[in-house]
Amino acid sequence: MSAANRRSLWRGAGRLIVKRVGLALVTLLLVSAVIFTISGLLPGDAAQEVLGRGATPEQIAALRHEMGLDRPAPVRYAEWLADIVRGDPGQSLVANKPVADIISERLPNTLTLAALATLVSVPFAFLIGIASAVSRGRKLDRALNIATLSMVALPEFLVATIAVLVFAVELLWLPSITIVPKNPTFAEYVRAYAMPVMVLAVGVVAQLSRMIRAAIITELDRPYVEMALLKGVRPLRLIFRHVLPNAVGPIVNAMALSLSYLFGGAIIVETIFNYPGLASLMVNAVTSRDMPLLQACAMIFCAAYLLLVLIADTIAILANPRLRQA
Amino acid sequence: MNPAPHVEVRNLIVTVPGPDGAPLRIVDDVSFEVARGEVLALIGESGSGKTTIALALMGYGRGGAAISGRIRVGDATLDGGGASLAAQRGRQISYVAQSAAAAFNPARRVIDQVIEPALIHRTASSGDARASAVELFRALGLPSPETIGSRYPHELSGGQLQRLMAAMALITRPDLVIFDEPTTALDVTTQVSVLQAFRRVVRQQGATGVYVSHDLAVVAQMADQILVLNRGRVREHNRTGKLLAAPADDYTQLLIAAAHPHVKAQAAVPAKPEPLLEIAGLHAGYGPIDREGRPTLPVLSDVSLTIMRGAAVGVIGESGSGKSTVARVVAGLLAPVTGTVSLAGEPLAPTVSGRTREQLRRVQIVFQNADVALNPAHSVGDILGRVLRFYHDLRGADAQRRVAELLDLIRLPAAVAERRCDELSGGQKQRVNLARALAANPDLILCDEVTSALDTVVRGAILDLLADLRRDLGVAYMFISHDIATVKALCDEIVVLYKGTTVQSGRRESYDTPPLHPYTDLLIRSVPELRPGWLADETVQAAAPFAHMPESTHLCRLLPRCPLAISGRCDAIAPPLRKTSAGHMLLCHRTEAELIG
Repeated sequence: MSAANRRSLWRGAGRLIVKRVGLALVTLLLVSAVIFTISGLLPGDAAQEVLGRGATPEQIAALRHEMGLDRPAPVRYAEWLADIVRGDPGQSLVANKPVADIISERLPNTLTLAALATLVSVPFAFLIGIASAVSRGRKLDRALNIATLSMVALPEFLVATIAVLVFAVELLWLPSITIVPKNPTFAEYVRAYAMPVMVLAVGVVAQLSRMIRAAIITELDRPYVEMALLKGVRPLRLIFRHVLPNAVGPIVNAMALSLSYLFGGAIIVETIFNYPGLASLMVNAVTSRDMPLLQACAMIFCAAYLLLVLIADTIAILANPRLRQA
Repeated sequence: MNPAPHVEVRNLIVTVPGPDGAPLRIVDDVSFEVARGEVLALIGESGSGKTTIALALMGYGRGGAAISGRIRVGDATLDGGGASLAAQRGRQISYVAQSAAAAFNPARRVIDQVIEPALIHRTASSGDARASAVELFRALGLPSPETIGSRYPHELSGGQLQRLMAAMALITRPDLVIFDEPTTALDVTTQVSVLQAFRRVVRQQGATGVYVSHDLAVVAQMADQILVLNRGRVREHNRTGKLLAAPADDYTQLLIAAAHPHVKAQAAVPAKPEPLLEIAGLHAGYGPIDREGRPTLPVLSDVSLTIMRGAAVGVIGESGSGKSTVARVVAGLLAPVTGTVSLAGEPLAPTVSGRTREQLRRVQIVFQNADVALNPAHSVGDILGRVLRFYHDLRGADAQRRVAELLDLIRLPAAVAERRCDELSGGQKQRVNLARALAANPDLILCDEVTSALDTVVRGAILDLLADLRRDLGVAYMFISHDIATVKALCDEIVVLYKGTTVQSGRRESYDTPPLHPYTDLLIRSVPELRPGWLADETVQAAAPFAHMPESTHLCRLLPRCPLAISGRCDAIAPPLRKTSAGHMLLCHRTEAELIG
């Protein structure tokens, strides 16, 4: 194929992806407005929280003025948005530190936990999903279904509590809270992260493997699979060369959803293992009415979610020749 | 010659788990042999077990089907004495599926799929396989054989994919090729050239063939012997010529009779015909409208036709001709870009939302595929009852009585009202589909390919029913089909569409003799005849002098395919609409005399 021809083939995909990026940015803008509005609706504000119950209305009003909380909402929104775009989400009202500093302490922790959980769960999810789809309706499939369904049904706090009971209390193999020492050895690192990663992985593996199973089964029913079998294609080649390329779209989208959960939804795991991540930071920000911190956390979660979905969409577009050349 | 037949099947029985768990025999005690290099046809309607037998030759059973009996293909046998049949899949035994569009993997380039059997079975290196694939593409008459393989399935037409699939089946030089209704999904004009290509290449390779089909006329061209199947049993087995000339079994006779559709009932033409539906200057298409008022994907350009009260007008053309789009516009499912549709003199709003309930009631549409058009969760009574409630406000006992009447009209027992659609056969479902339209008491029914998905015998029964209903109820039809034989059987007037323009229109009789539009002529000549050797007579179609020209909306749309195109006229100006002495209309530069000669 000529180079010009190939270029034109990819232009369609480029246009589609640029469109998706634009849409994601618009969504993020809308989300920022929603976050700003909703955080304004929470009862009480930081001035009240800082001064406590005994403060007189005058004292609160004075502090509000000092913090700039008494200006009209659109002005505060515009200012806040401009700051966020510049990379400065402002000053934490409670800790009196720049929000950026607080977040940059916590963000690496969250990223590490999410990355480790992803590394562990994705291969397992594929293994279970593929095995289950290929043996559809047979004993292995039924056993795996029961296992994944119970994993989905078990609440995380229960899994975490049982894990702590078994591995920390009874067997004394692992610490019950996650403290990563400075310059850890590999063994220390594994011991510290084993339990939170395991607990997170349980839910993600279960959900993701069910999605993968469903996506593969949909494809297995299509005529090209029978054709491949009648060409003499063996099962492994059938799955990896024929079926998976067609199932990429739904699978990467399911992965994006699961991973965004790992990023922002790890609150229970962070709490139980006393792990300093972003989710618990955000919950603290809500209880202390620390709006700049809360808003920054919310924006990070939304941006991460949109980014993951965008990546999933891009992969799905590139994997589908019809969309790629549209 | 080797005295032992190449393919030998003895007492083949295939069972599937039935609804009550007991095994159900779908193929019952079938035996046959095929000599090396011969072609055997398995013929029968859907459910006759023909595909099941063909797949059993590869040791493959769909959906947990159990195969027993003796099958030997060359040295390979079902139970693995010698070699197993399953191991020969794609190597010594290969398969061409019914719908190539569905059987190609949409995510992979065609060439990778075509050479895959050779790579899996290590019969050739990748480079050699590519080279022989290109040879096969050339032999099968595919355009630009060097590069066509680098495309994806969605970029190719149905006829091209079907040939590519044949190339995929032949790449390992198999001894036995199984064709499973390989041309059923194709247009009749495409079918001829695909059949010719298949026959030529299979003969070149000296392969044995098994050809599965429901179409006797096609089989007559391809097969040396024919096995007639019905409900999993062999009804008749004979050499092709003998079987067609002197069918012994009554079921074979029925099949042969059904190959020529004709209807018994003929409606009397009213003394003073009044127009029911008038379409004038219709332009329609899909996608956003540009500044010049044209849609991105124009489908219909300047289509006009009139249907008299109680008349049947056939609209015929190949896929992409816009015939279904005409029905969608009339039904109000697609707004026309320009042009008017009027019913009994009053103009209809462009879409359903602007039409009155009475107008909606008077025009009903019946879709090709009853499986998709009828809600599988509802009973037949619910489906009909809903229409009665909506248009006639009939409820309770009145509605039940009317449902019974409707079922009687379509010749189904009243008890069917309690059944769900997925418990009915294909023909019964299509009858219910028709009853759903009749429930509204319409003046006009738009029949969109209503017989195309049916077997020949069932098709004949539905055509008879349509003719009876027209005679008894005075309902008018717009009958859309790609099959000129079916249209001629039912309709008084026929309109031929090509790429959205009307190329010929007129009374049915005018299609029996010249002058015909070159495209109509091509359509009629492409319908296979029920005699062996027809395909050989139908030598390579006369070459089109302007095959290299791109299609243009300003010229005759047929130009690149027309063997009669005139240099300096057809490639320069749009063709005129001529009225012939016989009274029909032709859109062609050629004069009546030229078209007769």
